[in-house]
Amino acid sequence: MLTKRVIPCMDVKDGRVVKGVNFVNLRDAGDPIELAQRYDEQKADEVIFLDITATHEGRATTVALASRASEELHLPYCVGGGFHNIDDIRTMIAAGADKVSINSAAVADPSILTKAAALFGTQAIICAIDAKRVAGNANKWEVYVHGGRKATGIDAVEWAREAERRGAGEILLTSMDRDGSQDGFDIPLTRAIARAVNIPVIASGGVGKLEHFAEGIIEGEADAVLAASVFHFGTYTVRQVKEYMRSQGIPVRL
Amino acid sequence: MIAVVDYRMGNLKSVERGLRSVGADARITSDPAQIAAADAVVLPGVGAFGDAMASMNSLGETDAMRSAIADGKPFLGICLGQHLLFSDGVEGAPEGGTVKGMGLVEGVVGRIPNRDAAGKLYKIPHVGWNSIEGLKTPLFEGIPEGEHFYFTHSFMVPDTPHTIATTEHSVRIPAAIAVSDRVFGVQFHPEKSSDAGAKLLANFVHIVETIK
Repeated sequence: MLTKRVIPCMDVKDGRVVKGVNFVNLRDAGDPIELAQRYDEQKADEVIFLDITATHEGRATTVALASRASEELHLPYCVGGGFHNIDDIRTMIAAGADKVSINSAAVADPSILTKAAALFGTQAIICAIDAKRVAGNANKWEVYVHGGRKATGIDAVEWAREAERRGAGEILLTSMDRDGSQDGFDIPLTRAIARAVNIPVIASGGVGKLEHFAEGIIEGEADAVLAASVFHFGTYTVRQVKEYMRSQGIPVRL
Repeated sequence: MIAVVDYRMGNLKSVERGLRSVGADARITSDPAQIAAADAVVLPGVGAFGDAMASMNSLGETDAMRSAIADGKPFLGICLGQHLLFSDGVEGAPEGGTVKGMGLVEGVVGRIPNRDAAGKLYKIPHVGWNSIEGLKTPLFEGIPEGEHFYFTHSFMVPDTPHTIATTEHSVRIPAAIAVSDRVFGVQFHPEKSSDAGAKLLANFVHIVETIK
Protein backbone atom coordinates (compact mmCIF):
# COMPACT_ATOMS: atom_id res chain seq x y z
CA MET A 1 0.00 0.00 0.00
CA LEU A 2 1.28 3.43 -0.92
CA THR A 3 2.28 5.20 2.28
CA LYS A 4 1.73 8.86 3.14
CA ARG A 5 4.95 10.83 3.08
CA VAL A 6 6.54 13.04 5.71
CA ILE A 7 8.88 15.63 4.22
CA PRO A 8 11.25 17.90 6.18
CA CYS A 9 11.94 21.17 4.38
CA MET A 10 15.18 23.10 4.78
CA ASP A 11 15.62 26.75 3.87
CA VAL A 12 19.04 27.04 2.29
CA LYS A 13 21.01 30.22 1.70
CA ASP A 14 24.46 30.21 0.09
CA GLY A 15 24.60 26.46 0.57
CA ARG A 16 23.83 26.61 4.31
CA VAL A 17 20.70 25.79 6.28
CA VAL A 18 19.20 28.92 7.73
CA LYS A 19 16.45 29.40 10.33
CA GLY A 20 17.71 28.01 13.59
CA VAL A 21 18.49 24.38 13.42
CA ASN A 22 18.69 23.06 16.95
CA PHE A 23 19.78 19.50 16.61
CA VAL A 24 21.95 17.53 18.94
CA ASN A 25 25.01 15.66 17.74
CA LEU A 26 25.36 17.34 14.39
CA ARG A 27 28.94 17.94 13.38
CA ASP A 28 27.85 20.90 11.31
CA ALA A 29 24.32 22.15 11.98
CA GLY A 30 24.41 24.33 8.90
CA ASP A 31 25.18 21.54 6.45
CA PRO A 32 22.02 20.62 4.50
CA ILE A 33 23.41 17.22 3.53
CA GLU A 34 24.25 16.17 7.07
CA LEU A 35 20.83 17.29 8.25
CA ALA A 36 19.13 15.41 5.40
CA GLN A 37 21.07 12.25 6.31
CA ARG A 38 19.85 12.59 9.87
CA TYR A 39 16.29 12.85 8.60
CA ASP A 40 16.90 9.78 6.41
CA GLU A 41 17.85 7.84 9.57
CA GLN A 42 14.57 9.03 11.13
CA LYS A 43 12.67 7.62 8.12
CA ALA A 44 11.91 10.86 6.32
CA ASP A 45 10.45 9.92 2.93
CA GLU A 46 12.17 12.70 1.04
CA VAL A 47 13.55 16.16 1.73
CA ILE A 48 13.12 19.56 0.16
CA PHE A 49 15.86 22.17 -0.07
CA LEU A 50 14.23 25.55 -0.49
CA ASP A 51 16.74 27.96 -1.96
CA ILE A 52 16.31 31.45 -0.56
CA THR A 53 19.58 32.68 -2.03
CA ALA A 54 19.24 35.96 -3.84
CA THR A 55 22.61 36.32 -5.51
CA HIS A 56 24.01 34.72 -8.63
CA GLU A 57 27.07 33.42 -6.75
CA GLY A 58 24.81 31.93 -4.09
CA ARG A 59 22.85 30.14 -6.78
CA ALA A 60 25.98 28.34 -7.95
CA THR A 61 26.39 27.12 -4.38
CA THR A 62 22.89 25.65 -4.49
CA VAL A 63 23.70 23.81 -7.71
CA ALA A 64 26.82 22.44 -6.02
CA LEU A 65 24.65 21.36 -3.08
CA ALA A 66 22.26 19.49 -5.43
CA SER A 67 25.25 17.78 -6.98
CA ARG A 68 26.66 16.73 -3.62
CA ALA A 69 23.22 15.52 -2.53
CA SER A 70 22.99 13.23 -5.57
CA GLU A 71 26.17 11.52 -4.41
CA GLU A 72 25.61 11.44 -0.67
CA LEU A 73 21.86 11.07 -0.13
CA HIS A 74 19.98 7.80 -0.59
CA LEU A 75 16.51 9.29 -0.56
CA PRO A 76 14.68 11.51 -3.05
CA TYR A 77 15.16 15.24 -2.79
CA CYS A 78 13.59 18.30 -4.34
CA VAL A 79 15.14 21.71 -4.85
CA GLY A 80 12.73 24.62 -4.83
CA GLY A 81 13.02 28.33 -5.40
CA GLY A 82 15.02 30.53 -7.72
CA PHE A 83 13.93 29.09 -11.05
CA HIS A 84 13.40 31.73 -13.71
CA ASN A 85 13.50 29.67 -16.88
CA ILE A 86 14.01 26.23 -18.41
CA ASP A 87 17.78 26.59 -18.30
CA ASP A 88 17.70 27.07 -14.51
CA ILE A 89 15.63 23.88 -14.22
CA ARG A 90 17.89 21.99 -16.60
CA THR A 91 20.96 22.97 -14.56
CA MET A 92 19.40 21.70 -11.32
CA ILE A 93 18.17 18.41 -12.83
CA ALA A 94 21.57 17.90 -14.46
CA ALA A 95 23.17 18.45 -11.05
CA GLY A 96 21.09 15.53 -9.80
CA ALA A 97 17.91 16.91 -8.22
CA ASP A 98 15.11 14.34 -8.43
CA LYS A 99 12.50 17.06 -8.52
CA VAL A 100 12.29 20.81 -8.75
CA SER A 101 9.49 22.94 -7.35
CA ILE A 102 8.50 25.95 -9.41
CA ASN A 103 6.42 28.79 -8.04
CA SER A 104 6.55 32.39 -9.33
CA ALA A 105 8.08 31.43 -12.70
CA ALA A 106 5.15 29.11 -13.42
CA VAL A 107 2.59 31.78 -12.57
CA ALA A 108 4.43 34.27 -14.80
CA ASP A 109 4.55 31.77 -17.66
CA PRO A 110 2.60 28.53 -17.15
CA SER A 111 4.13 27.03 -20.32
CA ILE A 112 7.32 26.53 -18.29
CA LEU A 113 5.53 23.60 -16.59
CA THR A 114 4.63 22.06 -19.94
CA LYS A 115 8.15 22.44 -21.29
CA ALA A 116 9.80 21.17 -18.11
CA ALA A 117 7.48 18.14 -17.90
CA ALA A 118 8.18 17.26 -21.54
CA LEU A 119 11.93 17.56 -21.03
CA PHE A 120 12.39 16.03 -17.57
CA GLY A 121 9.19 14.04 -16.96
CA THR A 122 6.08 14.93 -15.03
CA GLN A 123 7.41 13.19 -11.90
CA ALA A 124 10.27 15.73 -11.70
CA ILE A 125 8.08 18.83 -11.75
CA ILE A 126 6.35 20.12 -8.63
CA CYS A 127 4.23 23.22 -8.85
CA ALA A 128 4.49 25.15 -5.57
CA ILE A 129 1.48 27.27 -4.72
CA ASP A 130 1.40 29.90 -1.96
CA ALA A 131 -2.26 30.58 -1.20
CA LYS A 132 -3.97 33.08 1.07
CA ARG A 133 -7.62 33.10 2.06
CA VAL A 134 -9.65 35.84 0.37
CA ALA A 135 -11.07 38.10 3.08
CA GLY A 136 -14.74 37.50 3.74
CA ASN A 137 -14.87 34.30 1.72
CA ALA A 138 -14.43 30.98 3.53
CA ASN A 139 -13.87 28.94 0.37
CA LYS A 140 -11.69 31.10 -1.82
CA TRP A 141 -7.93 31.41 -1.83
CA GLU A 142 -5.68 33.66 -3.88
CA VAL A 143 -2.26 32.76 -5.30
CA TYR A 144 0.67 34.87 -4.11
CA VAL A 145 4.14 34.96 -5.67
CA HIS A 146 7.62 36.28 -4.90
CA GLY A 147 7.81 34.66 -1.52
CA GLY A 148 4.25 35.67 -0.67
CA ARG A 149 4.84 39.36 -1.25
CA LYS A 150 2.79 39.81 -4.39
CA ALA A 151 -0.89 39.02 -4.91
CA THR A 152 -1.86 37.74 -8.35
CA GLY A 153 -5.66 37.74 -8.33
CA ILE A 154 -5.52 34.10 -9.44
CA ASP A 155 -7.78 31.56 -7.75
CA ALA A 156 -5.66 28.85 -6.08
CA VAL A 157 -7.97 25.95 -6.96
CA GLU A 158 -8.13 27.00 -10.61
CA TRP A 159 -4.36 27.41 -10.72
CA ALA A 160 -3.82 23.93 -9.26
CA ARG A 161 -6.04 22.47 -11.99
CA GLU A 162 -4.14 24.35 -14.67
CA ALA A 163 -0.78 23.27 -13.22
CA GLU A 164 -1.89 19.64 -13.45
CA ARG A 165 -3.10 20.14 -17.02
CA ARG A 166 0.23 21.78 -17.87
CA GLY A 167 2.20 18.77 -16.69
CA ALA A 168 3.03 19.27 -13.00
CA GLY A 169 3.44 15.90 -11.27
CA GLU A 170 2.73 17.17 -7.74
CA ILE A 171 1.41 20.26 -5.99
CA LEU A 172 3.27 21.70 -3.00
CA LEU A 173 0.59 23.74 -1.30
CA THR A 174 1.49 26.31 1.36
CA SER A 175 -1.14 28.20 3.32
CA MET A 176 0.20 31.69 3.91
CA ASP A 177 -2.39 32.25 6.61
CA ARG A 178 -1.06 29.30 8.58
CA ASP A 179 2.64 29.32 7.70
CA GLY A 180 4.62 29.85 10.89
CA SER A 181 1.46 29.87 13.04
CA GLN A 182 1.75 26.35 14.50
CA ASP A 183 -2.07 26.27 14.37
CA GLY A 184 -2.18 23.38 11.88
CA PHE A 185 -2.73 23.17 8.14
CA ASP A 186 -5.52 25.13 6.46
CA ILE A 187 -7.72 22.06 6.11
CA PRO A 188 -10.45 23.50 3.82
CA LEU A 189 -7.77 24.82 1.45
CA THR A 190 -5.83 21.54 1.43
CA ARG A 191 -8.97 19.51 0.84
CA ALA A 192 -10.20 21.83 -1.92
CA ILE A 193 -6.92 21.46 -3.82
CA ALA A 194 -6.55 17.72 -3.13
CA ARG A 195 -10.03 17.13 -4.55
CA ALA A 196 -9.50 19.44 -7.53
CA VAL A 197 -6.51 17.56 -8.95
CA ASN A 198 -5.54 13.97 -9.62
CA ILE A 199 -1.84 14.42 -8.81
CA PRO A 200 -0.34 14.13 -5.31
CA VAL A 201 -0.66 17.14 -3.00
CA ILE A 202 1.92 18.00 -0.36
CA ALA A 203 0.40 20.05 2.49
CA SER A 204 2.59 22.77 3.99
CA GLY A 205 2.31 25.61 6.46
CA GLY A 206 1.25 25.60 10.07
CA VAL A 207 2.14 22.35 11.82
CA GLY A 208 2.92 22.66 15.50
CA LYS A 209 1.48 19.50 17.01
CA LEU A 210 1.46 15.81 16.15
CA GLU A 211 -2.30 15.95 15.55
CA HIS A 212 -1.78 18.44 12.75
CA PHE A 213 0.15 15.95 10.63
CA ALA A 214 -2.67 13.42 10.82
CA GLU A 215 -5.30 16.10 10.15
CA GLY A 216 -3.52 17.12 6.95
CA ILE A 217 -3.82 13.57 5.64
CA ILE A 218 -7.18 12.49 7.05
CA GLU A 219 -9.17 15.71 6.85
CA GLY A 220 -7.10 17.64 4.31
CA GLU A 221 -6.81 14.54 2.08
CA ALA A 222 -3.17 15.38 1.31
CA ASP A 223 -0.77 12.72 0.08
CA ALA A 224 2.21 14.09 1.97
CA VAL A 225 2.87 16.51 4.81
CA LEU A 226 5.75 18.97 4.98
CA ALA A 227 7.22 20.65 8.04
CA ALA A 228 10.34 22.59 8.89
CA SER A 229 10.76 24.10 12.33
CA VAL A 230 9.20 21.29 14.40
CA PHE A 231 11.86 18.99 12.96
CA HIS A 232 14.77 21.44 12.99
CA PHE A 233 14.10 22.52 16.58
CA GLY A 234 13.81 18.89 17.59
CA THR A 235 10.23 19.28 18.86
CA TYR A 236 9.48 15.98 17.15
CA THR A 237 11.55 13.51 15.20
CA VAL A 238 10.20 12.33 11.87
CA ARG A 239 9.86 8.89 13.47
CA GLN A 240 7.66 10.27 16.27
CA VAL A 241 5.44 11.95 13.71
CA LYS A 242 5.11 8.75 11.70
CA GLU A 243 4.43 6.65 14.78
CA TYR A 244 1.64 9.04 15.68
CA MET A 245 0.25 8.95 12.13
CA ARG A 246 0.29 5.16 12.21
CA SER A 247 -1.61 5.19 15.51
CA GLN A 248 -4.28 7.20 13.69
CA GLY A 249 -4.58 4.54 11.00
CA ILE A 250 -2.47 6.29 8.35
CA PRO A 251 -0.16 4.00 6.32
CA VAL A 252 3.46 5.13 6.82
CA ARG A 253 6.89 3.61 6.24
CA LEU A 254 8.67 2.95 9.52
CA MET B 1 33.33 -3.37 -13.56
CA ILE B 2 29.62 -2.63 -13.64
CA ALA B 3 28.66 -0.32 -16.50
CA VAL B 4 25.99 2.26 -15.62
CA VAL B 5 24.60 3.07 -19.05
CA ASP B 6 24.41 6.78 -19.81
CA TYR B 7 21.99 7.61 -22.60
CA ARG B 8 22.28 11.36 -22.14
CA MET B 9 18.90 11.93 -20.51
CA GLY B 10 19.89 12.86 -16.99
CA ASN B 11 22.00 12.50 -13.93
CA LEU B 12 23.18 9.00 -13.02
CA LYS B 13 25.49 9.78 -10.13
CA SER B 14 23.08 8.48 -7.52
CA VAL B 15 22.95 5.08 -9.23
CA GLU B 16 26.74 4.96 -9.56
CA ARG B 17 27.20 6.03 -5.93
CA GLY B 18 24.56 3.57 -4.75
CA LEU B 19 26.46 0.69 -6.37
CA ARG B 20 29.83 1.95 -5.14
CA SER B 21 28.56 2.28 -1.60
CA VAL B 22 27.87 -1.48 -1.59
CA GLY B 23 31.38 -2.22 -2.86
CA ALA B 24 30.95 -2.39 -6.62
CA ASP B 25 33.33 -0.88 -9.15
CA ALA B 26 30.58 1.01 -10.98
CA ARG B 27 31.27 3.45 -13.80
CA ILE B 28 28.97 5.68 -15.82
CA THR B 29 29.62 5.13 -19.51
CA SER B 30 28.09 5.60 -22.94
CA ASP B 31 30.87 3.68 -24.71
CA PRO B 32 29.37 0.58 -26.42
CA ALA B 33 32.67 -1.30 -26.16
CA GLN B 34 32.87 -0.68 -22.42
CA ILE B 35 29.23 -1.71 -21.96
CA ALA B 36 29.69 -4.93 -23.91
CA ALA B 37 32.88 -5.78 -22.02
CA ALA B 38 31.60 -4.97 -18.52
CA ASP B 39 31.01 -7.68 -15.89
CA ALA B 40 27.43 -6.44 -15.57
CA VAL B 41 25.19 -3.68 -16.88
CA VAL B 42 22.85 -1.35 -15.02
CA LEU B 43 20.37 0.64 -17.07
CA PRO B 44 18.98 3.53 -14.99
CA GLY B 45 15.67 5.22 -15.62
CA VAL B 46 15.64 8.79 -16.81
CA GLY B 47 13.54 10.41 -19.52
CA ALA B 48 10.75 8.86 -21.56
CA PHE B 49 10.55 5.46 -23.30
CA GLY B 50 10.64 6.72 -26.90
CA ASP B 51 13.41 9.29 -26.35
CA ALA B 52 15.55 6.87 -24.35
CA MET B 53 15.29 4.13 -26.98
CA ALA B 54 16.15 6.57 -29.79
CA SER B 55 19.13 7.86 -27.85
CA MET B 56 20.38 4.37 -26.93
CA ASN B 57 20.07 3.23 -30.54
CA SER B 58 21.95 6.21 -31.93
CA LEU B 59 24.76 5.79 -29.37
CA GLY B 60 25.10 2.08 -30.21
CA GLU B 61 24.19 1.13 -26.65
CA THR B 62 21.21 -1.10 -27.45
CA ASP B 63 23.35 -3.58 -29.40
CA ALA B 64 26.07 -3.42 -26.74
CA MET B 65 23.55 -4.30 -24.01
CA ARG B 66 22.04 -7.10 -26.10
CA SER B 67 25.50 -8.49 -26.63
CA ALA B 68 26.35 -8.27 -22.90
CA ILE B 69 23.12 -10.09 -22.04
CA ALA B 70 23.78 -12.73 -24.75
CA ASP B 71 27.21 -13.26 -23.18
CA GLY B 72 25.50 -14.10 -19.86
CA LYS B 73 26.31 -10.86 -18.07
CA PRO B 74 23.99 -9.82 -15.22
CA PHE B 75 21.73 -6.88 -15.98
CA LEU B 76 19.59 -4.59 -13.85
CA GLY B 77 17.12 -2.15 -15.37
CA ILE B 78 15.77 0.52 -13.03
CA CYS B 79 12.34 2.15 -13.55
CA LEU B 80 12.40 3.15 -17.23
CA GLY B 81 15.38 0.77 -17.53
CA GLN B 82 12.96 -2.04 -16.62
CA HIS B 83 10.37 -0.76 -19.11
CA LEU B 84 12.95 -0.79 -21.92
CA LEU B 85 13.39 -4.58 -21.54
CA PHE B 86 9.93 -4.96 -23.05
CA SER B 87 9.03 -5.11 -26.74
CA ASP B 88 6.78 -2.04 -26.88
CA GLY B 89 5.90 1.13 -24.98
CA VAL B 90 3.21 3.76 -25.38
CA GLU B 91 5.22 6.59 -23.73
CA GLY B 92 6.44 8.99 -26.40
CA ALA B 93 4.55 7.16 -29.16
CA PRO B 94 1.96 8.80 -31.43
CA GLU B 95 -1.57 8.60 -29.99
CA GLY B 96 -2.79 5.00 -30.12
CA GLY B 97 0.59 3.65 -31.24
CA THR B 98 3.68 2.19 -29.59
CA VAL B 99 7.44 2.50 -29.91
CA LYS B 100 9.82 -0.46 -29.90
CA GLY B 101 11.82 -1.37 -26.82
CA MET B 102 14.73 -3.80 -26.47
CA GLY B 103 12.29 -6.69 -26.73
CA LEU B 104 13.70 -9.20 -24.24
CA VAL B 105 10.14 -9.67 -23.00
CA GLU B 106 7.00 -9.49 -25.13
CA GLY B 107 4.51 -6.95 -23.86
CA VAL B 108 3.40 -3.34 -23.95
CA VAL B 109 4.44 -0.86 -21.26
CA GLY B 110 1.30 1.23 -20.67
CA ARG B 111 -0.16 3.92 -18.47
CA ILE B 112 -1.10 3.15 -14.88
CA PRO B 113 -4.90 3.34 -14.79
CA ASN B 114 -6.18 6.12 -12.51
CA ARG B 115 -9.14 4.04 -11.28
CA ASP B 116 -9.32 0.67 -9.60
CA ALA B 117 -11.81 -2.08 -10.49
CA ALA B 118 -14.41 -0.45 -8.21
CA GLY B 119 -13.99 2.94 -9.91
CA LYS B 120 -12.10 4.61 -7.06
CA LEU B 121 -9.72 7.36 -8.20
CA TYR B 122 -5.97 7.13 -7.55
CA LYS B 123 -3.35 9.85 -7.89
CA ILE B 124 -1.00 9.48 -10.85
CA PRO B 125 2.04 9.63 -10.93
CA HIS B 126 2.39 6.82 -8.40
CA VAL B 127 4.83 8.68 -6.13
CA GLY B 128 6.24 7.64 -2.81
CA TRP B 129 7.15 4.62 -0.74
CA ASN B 130 5.07 1.54 -1.41
CA SER B 131 5.31 -1.98 0.00
CA ILE B 132 6.27 -4.88 -2.22
CA GLU B 133 5.04 -8.46 -1.94
CA GLY B 134 5.53 -11.91 -3.44
CA LEU B 135 9.30 -11.54 -3.42
CA LYS B 136 11.20 -14.16 -5.40
CA THR B 137 14.79 -14.81 -6.53
CA PRO B 138 18.13 -13.97 -4.81
CA LEU B 139 17.63 -10.31 -5.79
CA PHE B 140 15.38 -10.06 -2.70
CA GLU B 141 17.56 -12.18 -0.40
CA GLY B 142 17.19 -10.88 3.16
CA ILE B 143 14.50 -8.35 2.19
CA PRO B 144 11.26 -9.00 4.10
CA GLU B 145 7.83 -9.21 2.49
CA GLY B 146 6.15 -5.81 2.73
CA GLU B 147 9.40 -3.81 2.68
CA HIS B 148 8.96 -0.28 1.29
CA PHE B 149 10.73 1.11 -1.76
CA TYR B 150 10.54 4.50 -3.47
CA PHE B 151 8.47 4.63 -6.65
CA THR B 152 7.86 7.51 -9.03
CA HIS B 153 6.22 6.64 -12.35
CA SER B 154 3.15 6.99 -14.57
CA PHE B 155 3.78 3.91 -16.74
CA MET B 156 4.03 0.24 -15.79
CA VAL B 157 5.10 -3.05 -17.32
CA PRO B 158 2.46 -5.72 -17.94
CA ASP B 159 2.20 -8.72 -15.63
CA THR B 160 4.06 -11.68 -17.15
CA PRO B 161 5.45 -14.96 -15.79
CA HIS B 162 8.66 -12.95 -15.19
CA THR B 163 7.16 -10.91 -12.34
CA ILE B 164 9.11 -11.47 -9.08
CA ALA B 165 7.53 -8.76 -6.89
CA THR B 166 4.36 -6.69 -6.99
CA THR B 167 3.00 -3.53 -5.45
CA GLU B 168 -0.54 -2.15 -5.21
CA HIS B 169 -1.87 1.18 -6.42
CA SER B 170 -4.99 1.46 -8.60
CA VAL B 171 -4.07 -2.01 -9.87
CA ARG B 172 -1.45 -4.60 -8.99
CA ILE B 173 1.81 -3.34 -10.50
CA PRO B 174 4.80 -5.57 -11.23
CA ALA B 175 7.51 -4.11 -8.97
CA ALA B 176 10.31 -6.31 -10.29
CA ILE B 177 10.92 -8.85 -13.05
CA ALA B 178 13.46 -11.59 -13.73
CA VAL B 179 13.95 -12.39 -17.41
CA SER B 180 16.49 -15.05 -16.41
CA ASP B 181 18.50 -15.93 -13.31
CA ARG B 182 20.63 -12.84 -13.96
CA VAL B 183 18.63 -10.31 -15.97
CA PHE B 184 16.40 -8.19 -13.75
CA GLY B 185 14.27 -5.08 -13.82
CA VAL B 186 12.85 -3.09 -10.90
CA GLN B 187 10.11 -0.47 -11.07
CA PHE B 188 11.23 1.31 -7.91
CA HIS B 189 14.46 3.27 -7.38
CA PRO B 190 16.85 1.29 -5.17
CA GLU B 191 19.32 4.19 -5.28
CA LYS B 192 16.66 6.38 -3.61
CA SER B 193 15.29 3.73 -1.25
CA SER B 194 17.58 4.21 1.72
CA ASP B 195 18.73 1.02 3.52
CA ALA B 196 16.29 -1.30 1.72
CA GLY B 197 17.55 -0.04 -1.63
CA ALA B 198 21.17 -0.52 -0.59
CA LYS B 199 20.37 -4.13 0.36
CA LEU B 200 18.85 -4.81 -3.06
CA LEU B 201 21.85 -3.28 -4.84
CA ALA B 202 24.16 -5.37 -2.63
CA ASN B 203 22.21 -8.48 -3.64
CA PHE B 204 22.63 -7.61 -7.31
CA VAL B 205 26.35 -7.00 -6.83
CA HIS B 206 26.57 -10.37 -5.05
CA ILE B 207 24.91 -12.05 -8.05
CA VAL B 208 27.47 -10.33 -10.30
CA GLU B 209 30.37 -11.53 -8.13
CA THR B 210 29.03 -15.10 -8.08
CA ILE B 211 28.78 -15.27 -11.87
CA LYS B 212 32.01 -13.45 -12.73
